[in-house]
Amino acid sequence: MKSSNKVIGYLFLSICAIISIFPFYWMVVSMTNTSSDVTRGKLLPGGHFIENLKNLLQTVDLVPALTNSAIIAVSTTVLSLLIASLAGYGFEIYRSKAKDIVFNILLLSMMIPFAALMVPLFRMFGSFTPILPFIGIDTLSAVVLPTITTAFLIFFFRQSTKMFPKEILEAGRIDGLKELGIFFRIYVPTMKTTYAAAAIITFMASWNNYLWPLVVLQSPENQTIPLLISNLGSSYSPDYGMIMMAIVIATLPTAIIFFFMQKHFVAGMMGSVK
Amino acid sequence: MNIPEKLGPEKLAKKPAPRPARSLRLKNTLIGWSFVAVASLLIGIFYFFPMVQALIMSFQSGTGVNLSFVGFENYIRLFQDPVFLTTVKNTVIYLIIQVPVMILLALFLSVVLNNKTLKWKGFFRTAIFLPCVTSLVAYSVVFKYLFAPDGIVNMTLMKINLVSEPVQWLTDPFWAKITIILAITWRWTGYNMIFYLSALQNVDQSIYEAAKIDGASAIQQFFKITIPMLKPIILFTSITSTIGTLQLFDEVMNITAGGPGNSTMTISQYIYNLSFKYTPDFGYAATVSYAIVILIVIFSIIQFKAGGEKK
Repeated sequence: MKSSNKVIGYLFLSICAIISIFPFYWMVVSMTNTSSDVTRGKLLPGGHFIENLKNLLQTVDLVPALTNSAIIAVSTTVLSLLIASLAGYGFEIYRSKAKDIVFNILLLSMMIPFAALMVPLFRMFGSFTPILPFIGIDTLSAVVLPTITTAFLIFFFRQSTKMFPKEILEAGRIDGLKELGIFFRIYVPTMKTTYAAAAIITFMASWNNYLWPLVVLQSPENQTIPLLISNLGSSYSPDYGMIMMAIVIATLPTAIIFFFMQKHFVAGMMGSVK
Repeated sequence: MNIPEKLGPEKLAKKPAPRPARSLRLKNTLIGWSFVAVASLLIGIFYFFPMVQALIMSFQSGTGVNLSFVGFENYIRLFQDPVFLTTVKNTVIYLIIQVPVMILLALFLSVVLNNKTLKWKGFFRTAIFLPCVTSLVAYSVVFKYLFAPDGIVNMTLMKINLVSEPVQWLTDPFWAKITIILAITWRWTGYNMIFYLSALQNVDQSIYEAAKIDGASAIQQFFKITIPMLKPIILFTSITSTIGTLQLFDEVMNITAGGPGNSTMTISQYIYNLSFKYTPDFGYAATVSYAIVILIVIFSIIQFKAGGEKK
């Protein structure tokens, strides 16, 4: 590469990197400053971290919202992984023409926008309310149920299963394992990295989900973190320091996952293409 | 030693007897189907069944749950509804400006990052990918404050004398759209870049060597080699980005709330408003939702054709 090209390359990358990082820097710095400091454009850390945290805890129900989000995200992740990996394995290992047709039909669901589903789903869960109140409107289960099965995740597991050495399955059968036993004792342990990647994708999507919880959750005690942030953000006289504190706390779990599991994180994204 | 001789053939004869091929196949089929049953059932219940319901509802009208059949009235209303037409226009504007800009930017970044002699590669890659860890709501609120009339962006632009008075990023119909586009581009460019980076690693470097010997410039190499080589992955990312943009909701809701007027409102937000903000009209909302489905299908077909892939 010519040296002038190189300089342009570094300049381009540096500008993009600064633009990418700046909002994070601003978030973190602002959570230690007073609201008026933030408006004044202060870009250095201040000493109001504790004060902002106290304000936040007093103004909103942060801990219940974190708990709700955690319950929803963890149960969604566990159930999704189980259901999608069983299906992805089933479609690949017990492959048949009929199953391939069903698989392709399932893939079509990826084209369906959630906005188109939200009204009928809202009515469906509304009709559950009188008969099965624990999965009706305004319950955490109602948030979880429609999101636990995605065609994308089934596709993801099926693609990964293609690389799975099938001879091991025969060995398991000869050892007298039942089909479900083979799945849980042989397949699951060997596919750890696939599960890790899938778990990251699902957890993040669930932790950050906004539209469906906004539609289906009504009472304040069922609020999730994105709903809480959105409410804070739309207040007329925002306390910037406090809101930035809430945003940093909400971003922390996914940021931690990203930094400690970067490889799985990227593998999860890539796996969907191969 | 007759006994083993007697047992031998008996065993052999017995072995295949209880497992005739047909029942084995049937059993295997049943096991196979049971593996995929739960997932298929759930997708049926939570995707396809609601879509059928939405189709039925799109021929109904009324407030809340009191719906009655009105024939094609909703579809006629759709084409005369100025708000709906505005939301379609807005959504398509986001789409045709944002998706190509982001994909080109991501491609450039990946090409520059793919250079073997580049230093701090890991840092740049991580930094540019970092926006992907934020939740859509969280980053939208941050962008709303950054682009406020007295926000950091205006402050900086005025300090370096690029503008003399604050740009109305959130309250001017034109600039509000730009803000939304900038926000989405910030959030998703790094995501797309990662796909191109991994695809570039599979491109044979000798092609570039040959091109260099033939005197091809960096720009020529980019358009004549890189883009054609990455065509399948570009197609994949442009389809996912298109589907994502057509469903845009979180950002608009939290940055501009659809305003000023309806000038940034998207179709998804209009469906939400029709169902849960205004006097609920589920029937008409369902009609509008079919509009997104149709748009997604149309744009996906266009991209497949343009991409020239048969898959």
